[in-house]
Amino acid sequence: MANQKFSLPRLDLSALPGPETIQRGSLENGITILVRENFASPSVVLSGYLPVGSLADTEPTAGLAYLTAIALTRGTRTRTFTEIFEALESIGASLAFSAGSHTISFHGKSLSEDLPLVLEILGDTLANPSFPKSEVERLKAQHLTSLTIREQDTGAQAELAFDSLVYAGHPYQLPTDGTLESVAGLQSTDMRRFHRHYFSPKGMVISVVGGIEAAKAVDLVSGSLGDWVTSGTLELPPLPSLKRLKSVRRKVIRLAGKQQSDIILGAAGPRRQDEDFLAAALGNNILGRFGTMGRIGESVRESAGLAYYAYSLVAGGLGPGPWQVIAGVNPRDEERAIELILKEIGRFVESRVSKAELLENQANLIGRLPMQLESNEGVAGALTHIERYNLGMDYYQRYPEIISSITREQIRGTAERYLNPARLAIAIAGPEDPA
Amino acid sequence: MTSESRVLHTRLQNGLQVRLKEAHNAPLISTWIWYRVGSRNELPGQTGISHWVEHMQFKGTPEFPPGVLDRLIARDGGVWNAFTWLDWTAYYETLPADRAEIALRLEADRMFSSLFTPKEVEAERTVIISERQGHENEPTFRLAEEVQAATFRVHGYHHEVIGDMVDLQRMTRDELFQHYRKHYVPANAVLSIVGDFKTRSMLQQVRKIFGTLPKQTAPNFQSRTEPAPQGEKIVNVEGPGETPFIKIVYPAPEAAADDFMTLAVLDSVLAGASSFNFFSGGISNKTSRLYKTLVEGEFAASVSGGLAATIDPYLYTFHITVRPDKSVEQTLAAFDSELSRVLDSPIAATELEKAIKQARALFAYSSESVTNQAFWLGFSEMFADGVWFETYLERLEQVTREQVLACARAYLLPSRRVVGFYRPTKVGSNG
Repeated sequence: MANQKFSLPRLDLSALPGPETIQRGSLENGITILVRENFASPSVVLSGYLPVGSLADTEPTAGLAYLTAIALTRGTRTRTFTEIFEALESIGASLAFSAGSHTISFHGKSLSEDLPLVLEILGDTLANPSFPKSEVERLKAQHLTSLTIREQDTGAQAELAFDSLVYAGHPYQLPTDGTLESVAGLQSTDMRRFHRHYFSPKGMVISVVGGIEAAKAVDLVSGSLGDWVTSGTLELPPLPSLKRLKSVRRKVIRLAGKQQSDIILGAAGPRRQDEDFLAAALGNNILGRFGTMGRIGESVRESAGLAYYAYSLVAGGLGPGPWQVIAGVNPRDEERAIELILKEIGRFVESRVSKAELLENQANLIGRLPMQLESNEGVAGALTHIERYNLGMDYYQRYPEIISSITREQIRGTAERYLNPARLAIAIAGPEDPA
Repeated sequence: MTSESRVLHTRLQNGLQVRLKEAHNAPLISTWIWYRVGSRNELPGQTGISHWVEHMQFKGTPEFPPGVLDRLIARDGGVWNAFTWLDWTAYYETLPADRAEIALRLEADRMFSSLFTPKEVEAERTVIISERQGHENEPTFRLAEEVQAATFRVHGYHHEVIGDMVDLQRMTRDELFQHYRKHYVPANAVLSIVGDFKTRSMLQQVRKIFGTLPKQTAPNFQSRTEPAPQGEKIVNVEGPGETPFIKIVYPAPEAAADDFMTLAVLDSVLAGASSFNFFSGGISNKTSRLYKTLVEGEFAASVSGGLAATIDPYLYTFHITVRPDKSVEQTLAAFDSELSRVLDSPIAATELEKAIKQARALFAYSSESVTNQAFWLGFSEMFADGVWFETYLERLEQVTREQVLACARAYLLPSRRVVGFYRPTKVGSNG
């Protein structure tokens, strides 16, 4: 049954987002708009980003970009915090901001009939935030509480330990959401300054997908954001090059009262725009995603029964995001799990994947496209992705061909470049006294 | 819900209930099978057995040996998963429409033919213990578990779905297998399928693949009714950390009761709107009464509330993350002062209107994908029937302010509740 001959799925390419169904336009102030209609849906999703993020932060201001982003909805020149959320929540709509290293992103959703209001609030919060002092202080206290919870979270502590090894001396070492020390020192004036210096329509991207006519969506975006102009804005500092690990480095965090350890092994991976990114993504699917979490899942969970979750991910992004294997295990099994994972990484680097693995994983990546692109969220994310990495409007229509042309040699090449077992970081966060 | 077609309701001769609905927006089909068994059906000594059986359903049959099933689904670009909850266990596969038959074949096959080999049972024991230990890392899980146990002394809702550690360490392969054989029969299941198919040919396929499965009587399970609470209970849980949490639960009616909808409206006003669909996100709750009092009042970093749609009376739950500069007692007092307002006078007409609009939006969001639509069709059968789902918004719109007041007074009594405090012992890391 399992070995029955099968071939790669043939998708109806015309049903996938492409130049025929994506409307792309730009406003004079530099905003790019992407729209795809979906009248089967009674709702609309909007998502996008501004090209500014935590790269602008320094160690003492870590978390500033993030706090600025989440404080945008705390008040504008003409709306209070309560008025903003009364307007949104009363119609069952949502609008939220977040920040990464390179971008400040937003995501909104509403019934189609309510899109004008959500766009109006998006425009107002981006262009005219007032960062009221009392609101900012309250938000800061809430955020400090979540950072306090992070101090006791084994998964988050393992991530921070991993970043401190792999990105030592690089901006990616700083947590985007800041530290207890840095956030405690941030003020509303810092956010106002950050907004004045870095927020601009230039380079902003917005995708709108759902039950709305494309021309109307463009008009609405233009109406709410077309007049936004800024002057004298700063650009993010260039990303310095990363010094890759030269040996295996290990960091262990011990937390009282925990029952399970989180383990992360890995290194810096490729950038999304690197030529070998998709080979790495396909390889990673084999390593730690396919079926029940790929080879890693088979070894650590299915065969050894050591973990509920054991998988891998390759982040991509504008810079060298991580390529990681992640597992949660009983503390006494830490070393055994690390040994099994290192063995799988070694095999992945030394030998080519099998022909059957290649074909099945190509089929998996291609075959799941219709599901990824079924929802408005999925399509909006895809449009934004196309724009951010300059992949071309026909990217998803070309995707099956791109994936099916990746070879076993290319996968091994990426594995060797990024996951050399002699140059990995091993981060562990778990209970005290694991023996 | 986008109504492209009506739902076909039928029952096969072996008792399997079938719900089919065409949706042609995407070339996908989502297939769900629901069994009327969950942690509610479990006895002490066997807590967590339904969830463990769910795990074993991924461990192979003679036709689909271990490791084959997930390859088949994955290489077709599909996703699959399973969930065990208080009242039910559900399995689903969403696949490209031209490859969806495999879902029917594997679900029919594993309804009777899962192997439960001793080796696989033992490997899965440690996986599930690991899953539980992951939960135990979270203070909120430890608090929730103690509060639930304090709330239900008699009824099967007294333990967490994952089960107690002592049972996970002890349970045998034969107990698991017997639980499987008892509950996994067509007459105890609902098959819900939504997607890009023609109802007639899908029904033929369902009859061909499931119709030949043997007829067996569904287990007759009588839950033990929880006696009325005898007064407020306070539960204290201590552990490392710096953040206190509060969990407050009130006994709530079963989902099929009229009062359930009324409490859903009250919940929107008090703690913010939420969807009963497990897979659909909600909206923010920054204009809810409790957010204004507790978060804007600087007692809490966050507050949430919610009901669960269940067969038997379950809980109306509030969860509060307390700010480190406030005590749990101060925060509970602020919570109580806000609650007294809904006990004193009716909610405003604008609040009722807002709750209904929010429900309409959330309902629309949660019904867009074929996976979500098939979820709803089966889910609603687990505690009520298809009518519950089809008339959901209609009944919500009929709720009045007076009914909300009456329900608040009937259910939100301090003498009926359990209050749980997580009191951190402030031990830091030594990393």
